[in-house]
Amino acid sequence: MIPVPEINLGGVLPALILGVAGLLATLLGLFVRKGAATVGAIIGFTAVLIALAANAPLRFMNTPAFSGMIVLDTFSWFFNLLILLSVGLTILISMKYLTDQGLDLYEYFAILLFSSVGMMFMVSGTHLLMIFVGLETLSIGVYVLTGVLPKSSKASEASLKYLLLGSFSSALFLYGAALLYGASGSLSLAGLAKYFQSGSVSTMGLIGMGLLLVGFSFKVAAVPFHMWTPDVYDGAPSPITGFMSVGVKAAAFAAFLRVFFECFGSAQVTWSHILWILAVLTMILGNLAALVQSNIKRMLAYSSIAHAGYILIGMVAGTAMGAAGILYYLLAYIFTNLGAFAVVTMVGRKGEANISIDDYRGLGKSHPALALAMSIFLFSLAGIPPTAGFIGKFTIFGAAIASGYIWLVIIGVLTSAASVFYYFRVVMKMYMEAPEVEPESLKFSPSMALALTLTVMVVLYIGIFPTTYLNLATESVKSLF
Amino acid sequence: MIESYVPILVTFLVATFIGSAIIVLSTVLAKRNPTPIKLMPYECGMDPIGGARQRFSVRFFIIGMLFIVFDIELIFLFPWAKIFNQLIPFGFIEMLLFVLVLLVGLVYVWKKGALEWE
Repeated sequence: MIPVPEINLGGVLPALILGVAGLLATLLGLFVRKGAATVGAIIGFTAVLIALAANAPLRFMNTPAFSGMIVLDTFSWFFNLLILLSVGLTILISMKYLTDQGLDLYEYFAILLFSSVGMMFMVSGTHLLMIFVGLETLSIGVYVLTGVLPKSSKASEASLKYLLLGSFSSALFLYGAALLYGASGSLSLAGLAKYFQSGSVSTMGLIGMGLLLVGFSFKVAAVPFHMWTPDVYDGAPSPITGFMSVGVKAAAFAAFLRVFFECFGSAQVTWSHILWILAVLTMILGNLAALVQSNIKRMLAYSSIAHAGYILIGMVAGTAMGAAGILYYLLAYIFTNLGAFAVVTMVGRKGEANISIDDYRGLGKSHPALALAMSIFLFSLAGIPPTAGFIGKFTIFGAAIASGYIWLVIIGVLTSAASVFYYFRVVMKMYMEAPEVEPESLKFSPSMALALTLTVMVVLYIGIFPTTYLNLATESVKSLF
Repeated sequence: MIESYVPILVTFLVATFIGSAIIVLSTVLAKRNPTPIKLMPYECGMDPIGGARQRFSVRFFIIGMLFIVFDIELIFLFPWAKIFNQLIPFGFIEMLLFVLVLLVGLVYVWKKGALEWE
């Protein structure tokens, strides 16, 4: 008899549910004649709701599972929650988007679900191979989703660029993992942590760590590994751009945090200097480049690069407070950015014809509710109270000051002051300028209205009453320190 | 740790040496008597028909992709088939689930017409 490894299916239940729902959507879509996309969306959204319930017990579990390949702890719970929220909102936004484009793509939702299964394994992985498998599952799904629009050469170009650069960065990640294995003889985070604590770290181990850093920086779009971001975000369908900027970023930061705090914690002096430089470059370049964009999707792409820079400040701070700041920041960012992309989807219309900033002229008069929602999201992105974005920046900057990184915070504050300019330009266009030709009025769908209401309410609510969520974030990072 | 990789380095060096030695020796020592037929590209003994860099139908790529997926399924199935009687019931159900997932994929490509050549 061959011993069966210990299996804890209950712990991976959220991922299992999404996976099964993905299969179901693929199969059912084949046999439904019309409205297959709606069927896919309903299956996907139901699965997300069930998975949210199945995710709840993870918070108090705190056990390794599957022979130490993954761990079920509060950190995994929190990030699973973030992933489920972003997938759920993306599904709501996508329904409207696909109807607008006149497409009946049910595969869209199946791939979205499969991709989030990869994310869930990535955030709970405690073995470099597991993290890599999760990373690839998530990336391959997103490569396809980027180019999912038929007959759009811009989307195909974006997809191919993302595929080539993404595979390259995955290869770097894998090479780093191989070097770490060569140096330490282990790929599990616990084994690597022991090796780095032993004090005699070889050059090979350090190079391996550096390559992992490059791989992660690529996925979170930190300068100088950001080159793919504007083109890919611009070419992808708007809801997918939103999903990439929050879901993929959250999953990548989760693994980034876990790997760097759990196993390279003792080498923090080495990597925090590198991250310091990356954070400064990312904030400066992201914000400066966003200033001159005339396309709203490219502007939000550069803004998402800048936000990766702010989040990196939390990693440089290197304390539990900084990490908790990152978790809260990502929570706020998911609602803010997906909300902003929901508005971009609405205003974009068929074929994404209206994605220039000039298309927002007069929105305040023709659609006051939509313009108000967009203003709230842009305020939150700029970090102005009483929105969630303000509390996020405040916590991260506060943690960095407590660790003594005064200059880093000064650069962060200055660049985010510069960012106010380009966010407010859109607000100004909406309220103070009039369009040359009055466009046709936009039609809300129930799912879109739900997504916008939810995001606006959460952005304001967790901005005004942040304590509970900050405490949750603090509780969730305990397992890392 | 690193010492255990020395045999690999030695193998690598020996392989490089033999490979380059053969090429160098044959260029230096061999008699040269080129004829047009000898200089033709080798295509399994047939006369070459045209350039090798022509465009292929995209169908080949789909078939190739599907082949890899089901080929890898077989790689998993062979060792399992050898010992599956020792894996009952867990290993048996596990493999059935794995095949089921791939089956969904097969139904999908079938229904989508990716297996049709025309």
